Amino acid sequence: MCSARKFYYECVFKYVREFGGTLPRGSLHFHAFQNESYRVKTAYLHAVLGPGNVDYGFVLQQIVFGLTLGCLYGLLAIGYTMVYGVLRLINFAHGDLLMASAYIAFFGIIIFQIPWPLAFLLSVALTAAIGILIDRGAYKPIRNSPRISALITAIGISFLLENLGLVAIGGRPKTFPTPSLFEGSQTIAGVQIPNLSIWVFLVTCVLLAGVMLIVRRTKVGMAMRALSRDMETVRLMGIDIDRVISFTFALGSGLAAAGGILWCMKYPAVEPFMGVIPGLKAFVAAVIGGIGSVSGAALGGLILGLGEIVIVAVWPDWSGYRDATAFSMLIIILLTRPTGIMGEDLPN
Amino acid sequence: MTKILLVLSAILLAFLTPAWGTEPVVIGAYLSMTGNVAAYGQMGWDGISIARKMEPEVLGRPVEVKLADTKSDKVESANAVSRLIEKEKVVAIIGEMISGNTLAGADHAERRKIPMVTPTATNPLVTQSRKYVFRVCFIDTDQGRIAAKLALDQLKAKTAAVILDMSQDYSVALASFFKREFTKGGGKVVSDTKFKTGDRDFTPQLSSIKEAKPDVIYAPIYYTECALLAKQARDMGLNAPILAGDGVQAPELIELGGEAVEGIYFTTHFHRDMVEGERGKKWLELFAKEVGKEPDAFTAMGADAYFIVVDAIKRAGSCDPQKIRDTLVATKEFQGVSGTITMKPNGDPVKAMVVNKVKDGKFAYVTTIMP
Amino acid sequence: MLGKSTFCGEALFCTKVLPGHFRNAFCITSESEERAYVAAVRGMSDTLQRNDTRITPGRDRMLTCVSLATFLCFLWYADSYFGDYSIRILNNIAIFTMLAVSYNLINGVTGQFSLGPNAFLAIGAYTSSLLTLSPEEKLRTFIIEPLVWPISEISVSFPVSIVAAGVVAALLALLMAIPVFRVRGDYLAIVTLGFGEVIQVVANNVVSVTNGPLGLKGLPPYTNLWWSWGVCLLTILCVVRLVNSSYGRAMKAVREDETAAEAMAINAFRTKTLAFTFSAFVQGAAGGLLAHLITTISPSLFTFMLTFNLLIMIVIGGLGSTTGAVIGAVLVTWGGELLRAFEEPVTVFGYTYEGIPGMRMVIFSVLLVLVMLFARSGIMGRHEFSWQALINRCHLIGNFLRRHS
Repeated sequence: MCSARKFYYECVFKYVREFGGTLPRGSLHFHAFQNESYRVKTAYLHAVLGPGNVDYGFVLQQIVFGLTLGCLYGLLAIGYTMVYGVLRLINFAHGDLLMASAYIAFFGIIIFQIPWPLAFLLSVALTAAIGILIDRGAYKPIRNSPRISALITAIGISFLLENLGLVAIGGRPKTFPTPSLFEGSQTIAGVQIPNLSIWVFLVTCVLLAGVMLIVRRTKVGMAMRALSRDMETVRLMGIDIDRVISFTFALGSGLAAAGGILWCMKYPAVEPFMGVIPGLKAFVAAVIGGIGSVSGAALGGLILGLGEIVIVAVWPDWSGYRDATAFSMLIIILLTRPTGIMGEDLPN
Repeated sequence: MTKILLVLSAILLAFLTPAWGTEPVVIGAYLSMTGNVAAYGQMGWDGISIARKMEPEVLGRPVEVKLADTKSDKVESANAVSRLIEKEKVVAIIGEMISGNTLAGADHAERRKIPMVTPTATNPLVTQSRKYVFRVCFIDTDQGRIAAKLALDQLKAKTAAVILDMSQDYSVALASFFKREFTKGGGKVVSDTKFKTGDRDFTPQLSSIKEAKPDVIYAPIYYTECALLAKQARDMGLNAPILAGDGVQAPELIELGGEAVEGIYFTTHFHRDMVEGERGKKWLELFAKEVGKEPDAFTAMGADAYFIVVDAIKRAGSCDPQKIRDTLVATKEFQGVSGTITMKPNGDPVKAMVVNKVKDGKFAYVTTIMP
Repeated sequence: MLGKSTFCGEALFCTKVLPGHFRNAFCITSESEERAYVAAVRGMSDTLQRNDTRITPGRDRMLTCVSLATFLCFLWYADSYFGDYSIRILNNIAIFTMLAVSYNLINGVTGQFSLGPNAFLAIGAYTSSLLTLSPEEKLRTFIIEPLVWPISEISVSFPVSIVAAGVVAALLALLMAIPVFRVRGDYLAIVTLGFGEVIQVVANNVVSVTNGPLGLKGLPPYTNLWWSWGVCLLTILCVVRLVNSSYGRAMKAVREDETAAEAMAINAFRTKTLAFTFSAFVQGAAGGLLAHLITTISPSLFTFMLTFNLLIMIVIGGLGSTTGAVIGAVLVTWGGELLRAFEEPVTVFGYTYEGIPGMRMVIFSVLLVLVMLFARSGIMGRHEFSWQALINRCHLIGNFLRRHS
C-alpha cells in the first residue's frame, strides 16, 4: 500500500475513532480540523459523510423545503425587480400586495362562495388592479421628484395598506381555506414532498417562463427594457410611458398575488402584517440576484430560500437568527457586489 | 363671524362634556384587541361585556369599563396601564390575558397603588411580591406539575419533547416547570427547541423533534403557533400526541389546525360542562342569548375578573383603590363562573384546573383536578 | 456690499448674479469645478438666508434667553401641577424631539437617507438599562439564561448610563460607517434598514445579554421633565451649532453634490461619518431616556415602525431644517395622543362611535402620503427659525388685520 493511501486511512481511522463515526450536527470541531491539510480534511469528510453515514433523507428534505420557500420568494422578487428596473423605485408596498391577494382570495372563497379556481384568478386580477391604482395614485405624481420622496411615499403606502387591513378586517388571523388538491404529500425515496411544493415549483416555472417571454419577445417587454435604461429617450420615441409602467406594475402585482396565494396555502394564517417580512426578504432576494434582472430575481429567491432553511437545519441552535441571515446576505452583497449576481459590473 | 364660531364651539363642547348625573365607577381593562393574541383580548372583552350587562351597577352608580388595546405587546401594555391610571383615573384594572403583558403592566399598577385583577395570567411572577395585583386563575407551577402528571400517568409517556415560544414569559416558565416535574417523575426530556412569536415555519424544530422520537410533545404555546405546528408535524409524519397549556384554547386552534389538532390535550380554566352555581348558569344563558357562541376559558375568566372586582367594590362600600384592594385580598368562597375562588394573601386563588381535549372539532371536557 | 441688501436680495445676488461675474474672474473651466462652485454658492445662499442675526445679534440673543427662561418656568409649573398623563406626554415630546433633530442631521442636512435609527435607539436603551439595574434585579429578570459576567455586577447612576448609552451607540455607528457609506441613495437606505433589522434579531437572540424577547422590566423611572428636556435642549443647541459651523456647511455640500464637494477638498466620508456618529450618539442617549420613561423594554419596541414615526416627523417639519424637526416632532407626538380619540368610543349627540383600534396609524400613513404628494418640503422647508422672520410675519399679520378691520 503506498504511503499516501496509508496516510489517508490513518487519518480516517483517527478521526472516526475520535468522533465516533458520525459528525455531531452543528458542532464541527473546526479549530482542530482547520489546521489539517486539504487531503486529510477530504479523508475525514469521506469517512464521515460516506455512503450510509449521511442522512441523505434529511438533506433532501431540507432541500425540498428550501426550494419551495425559494420559489415563493422568487415570485415576489420578480415583481420588485421589474418595478425597480423601470422606475428605480423600491416598492415597499409590494409585500402588502401579498397580503391583499390573500385576503381577496379568502373573502372570495369564504364569503362569496366562489369556486376556488375562479377566486384565485379574481384575486390575481384584483391585486394587479390595486398595483396599478397605487402607481397612478401615489407614484405617478412624484415621478420627477428626488428618489428620497418616492421611497418615503412607498413606505407610507405600505403602512397605509397594512393598517387599513388591520382596521377593516381586524387583527385575528384567519384561516386560509386550502383546496384539497394542494394538500397531502408524496413520499419518494424516504423524502416527504408535500403536493403543495410540487405545485409551487410548477407554477413558478410557468410564470417565470411567461414573464421572460413577455419581457424578451413582446413589444411591451421591449419598452420595459428600454425604460429601465433611459426614460427620457423612450418618451422621445413616442411610447406612452404611463401605460408601460402600469403594465409593469400589473405584471409584478399579479406575480405577487400568485405568490401570496401559494404562501397562504403553505402558512394558512392570514393577517394584516403577514406581508412585511416576506416583502423585505423578497427585496433582499432581488438584490442578491441583481436588481433589474428577472432571472436574477428568481435565482436570488432560490438562494435565499435554500440558504435560510439549510442554515437553520445545520445549526438548529441558531434558528432564531433566521431573519438575520437574509439581511446579513443583503449587507454582504451590497458591500461586495452591489449589482448582484446577474447584474452588470458597475464601472466604479 | 367670530360670534357664530363661539356659539358653535359652545354647543359642541356642551355635547361633548359628560352628562350631569350620577358619576360612574370607572374600571379599566387593558386587553389585546389586535396582534398575536387578539383572540384572547376579544374573548375577555366579550366576557366582561356580558358580565357588565348582568351587573351594571354597584353602590348605586353605573359601572363604566374603559378599554385600552395593548396590541399584544408588552410595551403597549405598560403604556395602556399608565394611560388608564393617569388619564382615565380608574379605580381598578382588569387585565391582561397573557402573562408577559401582565408582568409589564403590573409594575405600573403596583407603583400607583391601583388594584389589578388578571383573568388568565398564570405566571407566578405576576403576583409575587406585589400587593396590588391579583388573579382569578391557577399558576403555572401547578399547571406544569399537572401536565407532567398527565403525560406520565395518562399518556404513559417516558420521553417528552418540549417546544416553547421564547418571546413569551408564560411559555418559558411553563416549559421549565414541566421539564422539572417530568424529570422528577422519572421521564426524560429528549428534545428542547424554541421559536419566536410570529414564526410560521416550524420545520427545523420539528425535524429535530422527529429524530428524537418522543412519546409526547409538550407545547406550552399560543393557539396560532400550536395549530400551525400541529399541522406541519402531521404533514411531516410526526404523530406523537401533543400536550398543551391553557394558551391554546381559542376557536382559531381548530379553524387553523383542522384535522391536525384532533386529540390535543390541554390544561385550562374552564369548560361549560363544569359550571355550577347561580351566577355561572345565569351568565351562560345571557352569553348564549347575546353572543350566540360557545363561551371559552378566556371569556369566562374575563367575566370572573369583572364579577370579583365589582363584588369587592360592593363589600368595601367605597371606590377607594386601597379599600378595594383590602377587600379583594379577603375574598372567600366567591362563586364565579369558572368555580369557587378564595384569595390567598399573596394574590393567587385556590382554584381548580380543568383538562380539555380537542375532539370532533370541538373542545371536550375531560376532568377537573384540584391542585 | 453684501451687508446693505436685504436677505432676499442677497440670495438672488448669490445664485443669479455672482456666478456669472465670478466664473470669469476665477477662470473656472472644468465641469467638476463648475458643479463645485454652484454647490458652494447654493450652500452659501442657504447660510446667508439664515445668518441675518448679523444685523441684530443683541436683540436676538435677548429674545432667545427670554423665551428659554419662559419655557423653563413653564416646565417647573408643569412638573409641580400637571397630571401624570400630561407629564408623560411632555416627556415623550422631549425625547422624540431629540430623536427627530438627530435624525434630521443625517437625513436632511447631510442627505444620507438612513433607515436605521431604531438600531441605535435599541442599543442605547439596552446599554442604559443594563447599567442601571441592580445585580439582584438582574438575577430576577434573566430567567432563561443568566447575564454575562461583567455586566451582571455593574450598576451605575443614571447620568453615567445615559452617556454610556450614547457612547456605545456612537461606537457602533463608527464601525458601521465604514461598510455602509460605500453605497449611496436607495442602497444606503436598504443597508441601514437591514442593520436595524439585524440588531433587532440579535437583541432577540443573544439571551445572555439582552434577556431575549422577554425584555427588561421594572426599570427605575429616572426620566423626569428636567432630564428629558434638559438633554433635549442641549441636543438642539449642539445640533444648531454644528449645522452653522464649517462642519455643517460641509454636510450640506455633501448633500447637494457629493462629487463636487470632494472636488472642493471636503472629505465626504469623514463628513458623513461625523453626522452619522453624532446622530447615533444622540439616539443612543434618547434610547436610554426612553427606557427609563417606559420602564419596560423589549426588542419589539424597536421596529421599523419607530423609524417610520421619525420619518413622518422630519418630513412634515421639513427635511433639512432643525426647527422643522422640532415642530414635526411636537406635532406628531402630541397629535398622536389627540388622535387616540379616534380609537376610543366617543358619544356625540347621542350616537356612540365605537372606537376603531388602529385608526391612528391609518391617519398617519395618509398624512405622510399627502405631505409627500402635495407639500414635499414640509412646514419649514429648509429654512430655520429666526427672530427676524417671526417679527416680519407679525408685521405682515398686523398690516393685514389693520387693512381689513
